[in-house]
Amino acid sequence: MVNPNAGWKEIPWGGKIVEAGNAREYETGSWRAQQPVVDQETCINCLECWVFCPDVSIDVKDGEMVGFHLRFCKGCGICASICPVEAITMVAEAEAEGS
Amino acid sequence: MSRFEAMDGNAATAEAMRQINPDVVPAYPITPQTSTVQTFSQFVADGEVDTEFIRVESEHSAMAACIGASAAGGRVMTATSANGLALMWEMVYIAASNRTPIVMTVVNRALSGPINIHCDHSDSMGARDAGWIQLFGENPQEGYDNCIQAVRIAEHEDVLLPVMSMYDGFITSHGLERVQIEDDGAIKDFVGPFTAHEALLDVDHPVTYGPLDFYDFYMEHKRQQVEGMKHARRVILEVAADFEKRFGRHYGFFDGYRLDDAELALVVLSSTAGTARSVVDDLRSQGLKVGLLKPRVFRPFPAEELADALRDKAVVGVMDRSDSFGALGGPLFMELSAAFKIHDVPAKTVDYVFGLGGRDTTPDQIESVFRDLAGIAETGKIQQPVTYLGVRE
Repeated sequence: MVNPNAGWKEIPWGGKIVEAGNAREYETGSWRAQQPVVDQETCINCLECWVFCPDVSIDVKDGEMVGFHLRFCKGCGICASICPVEAITMVAEAEAEGS
Repeated sequence: MSRFEAMDGNAATAEAMRQINPDVVPAYPITPQTSTVQTFSQFVADGEVDTEFIRVESEHSAMAACIGASAAGGRVMTATSANGLALMWEMVYIAASNRTPIVMTVVNRALSGPINIHCDHSDSMGARDAGWIQLFGENPQEGYDNCIQAVRIAEHEDVLLPVMSMYDGFITSHGLERVQIEDDGAIKDFVGPFTAHEALLDVDHPVTYGPLDFYDFYMEHKRQQVEGMKHARRVILEVAADFEKRFGRHYGFFDGYRLDDAELALVVLSSTAGTARSVVDDLRSQGLKVGLLKPRVFRPFPAEELADALRDKAVVGVMDRSDSFGALGGPLFMELSAAFKIHDVPAKTVDYVFGLGGRDTTPDQIESVFRDLAGIAETGKIQQPVTYLGVRE
């Protein structure tokens, strides 16, 4: 990842990203206005949310959906929209933080 | 061995492209460029080149495909004119910003509207701030030579900027002239093999082109483009010197004709310089100390060199084949006036906008410009900073 204070001579030409996978270091979670919350009782672990999440923010362990990577989740709501059993709901960030 | 042929500008450019043998040519036809890529597509169909020719649905797609193919790691060329260039607009900027060394021939044609297919320089002058290197050629020979040199300039690792090579629509693109075509092997040696930089198809070194770039880095990337242009000033001359060594034809930032001891100088781009030269000869035979400067490189603008070449002139007349509406005059006039101011050139400067939409420019009109300049030299007064040459009142 490029140093945020790097001068023009030190950074790759043309705005290219030449280090693969460094999106991991760019925390997009701060963009979020709404947060996904999963009801594990309702979830059937079909993993459609994992397939559709544009930010690879569905946490899966041993084939089961166990939550969200909130450092990266932007709160777009695609997981809630795609969930076939309506196990995911979007709640306001302020509300989620308070709970 | 080189050979001489009767060729128009577009045929000569297609021949240069055949000899360069680029990896990818995405193109869309538009008058007066069409016969360039049409002729080249025949070379592709006949198996004379290894090029992947992409028939796109618009010029926007043509430039998008150029950027993609260049980023993928290929040597890429295309050609366009006027509204085709206008339709490419956002992609033209992205090509330069991504540092993709694409070479594009722009056959100069007036922008609509009203619709017009004939020559002026409004198309490429509109793109002067896009970040491309811009070379203007006078005739088919210069179109051929600039196209070949453009590849080396664009791909130089200190530059990595796209290059536009211009010549005048119909006058040069469709005018048959004697052209010296160099040997295929000699051109192949001159352009050399293509070296890709951070290619998308280099799967062992994954890279992302064109990601989001905000206030935290965008300005640094623009500063890098400025640096590429600075390096281009040196590289353009290095490539020209090597070209001259191999093929004997001299190129620089500009070309002077009877300029050194001239008191009145005319500055004009492209094919009109040919007409102006004969006027210079006529007036010289009458005892007038007149001369001509024909710029070849418009971006990067060789301000200091132009200032030095014109420093001791009494009056400099600029002929602009496009206008910048609401500005102080045409683009060439404005740049040159700024160069004179910055580099303390005392010469008086006036502008003549001419030849819009293919309007003929006659030797008599060019002579009238020189007579104007002589009047300014005599009285020390400029009556009219910008004149529309040949317009009906």
